[in-house]
Amino acid sequence: MAEIVLELSQWAIPLFLILAPLYALFKGVDVYNVFCEGAAKGFALLVQILPFLLGMLIAIEVFSVSGAMQLVLGWLEPWANRLGLPPDILPLAVLRSLSGSGALALCSQILETHGPDSFVGRLATTMQGSTDTTFYVLTVYFGSVGVLRYRHALAVGLLADLAAFAAAFWLCSMVWG
Amino acid sequence: MVNLIWFLLLLAGFAAAAWQGNIGLVTQAAFAGANKSVSLIISLAGVLMLWLGVLALLEQSGLLAKLGRFFAPLLHRLFPELPADSPAFSGIVLNFCANLLGLGNAATPFGLQAMQELQRLNPRPDTASNSMITLLLLNTSAVTLLPTTVIALRSSAGSANPAEIVGLCILSSAFGLAVGLLAHTLCRRLGRGR
Repeated sequence: MAEIVLELSQWAIPLFLILAPLYALFKGVDVYNVFCEGAAKGFALLVQILPFLLGMLIAIEVFSVSGAMQLVLGWLEPWANRLGLPPDILPLAVLRSLSGSGALALCSQILETHGPDSFVGRLATTMQGSTDTTFYVLTVYFGSVGVLRYRHALAVGLLADLAAFAAAFWLCSMVWG
Repeated sequence: MVNLIWFLLLLAGFAAAAWQGNIGLVTQAAFAGANKSVSLIISLAGVLMLWLGVLALLEQSGLLAKLGRFFAPLLHRLFPELPADSPAFSGIVLNFCANLLGLGNAATPFGLQAMQELQRLNPRPDTASNSMITLLLLNTSAVTLLPTTVIALRSSAGSANPAEIVGLCILSSAFGLAVGLLAHTLCRRLGRGR
């Protein structure tokens, strides 16, 4: 199963890259010119996104490096202990939605301390792989079209993360607990 | 809302650093965050432009519209506000498939293309539409058949079976997605009642 998916995902991009211009040529499209025009739009999009990403990453970095996140973790710890969550998992759960690179670094640190095939290691990687960085996705996607009022997007995004973490914890406890 | 969250993150950081008597941390972190955003954009730039070039080819040749019409009936339940011939459907499908195959850096350009189309249908351009929130949930939940980053991480840490967590990852993200979509539907209903 894993091999089939791997093979499929290796072929997906090359096939896409060759079939798109082939079909366009067939339809009489000015392929090179159209491709470059599209790429130029991509550049404009990056310029549009950067200020939003800059603002959000500054705030997230200040929050997580200054010790404010440690305080929040301190408040959450008794609750996490009551649920039987291993102590090293809580920081990862909080950081996962905030910072993609931060969570990845933390996850690899957990694997170093506990080993990848320990319960904590398995749980950490399951959590890491079961959601994406909600703050980053929201900032980039909304930033690209200039949407400033997120409505309930952040709330439902974080709720989905929480549900995924709970499921990961429950499933890992069932399988390896 | 985002104004408040942004300011609270900064304020909490400032207060915590000041309370510990190490206010220099704020300066360091702010500069580091600023630099990080630029390197992120640069690392995204080449691949994003590549995919938007390919997308332009699909669009000009009419393939994008065909793809959208083909998948519209399937996606109609998730995106009830979109007309059946909306060009957003093709971006949404490509975005979802790229995520499914674990091709994160191809997923983003497709997703952003779909956002542009959704914004065209958005009656209030400064406010997120229901369809946009659904699209974001599909992306933050990241249901993927092959979480390549995590498998690589486990394998480099010396795991005996790096891919053993894949099934659990899929189940957990699918559950997260289901809960998110349910909450989104509830919020949508409540909003309409007001």
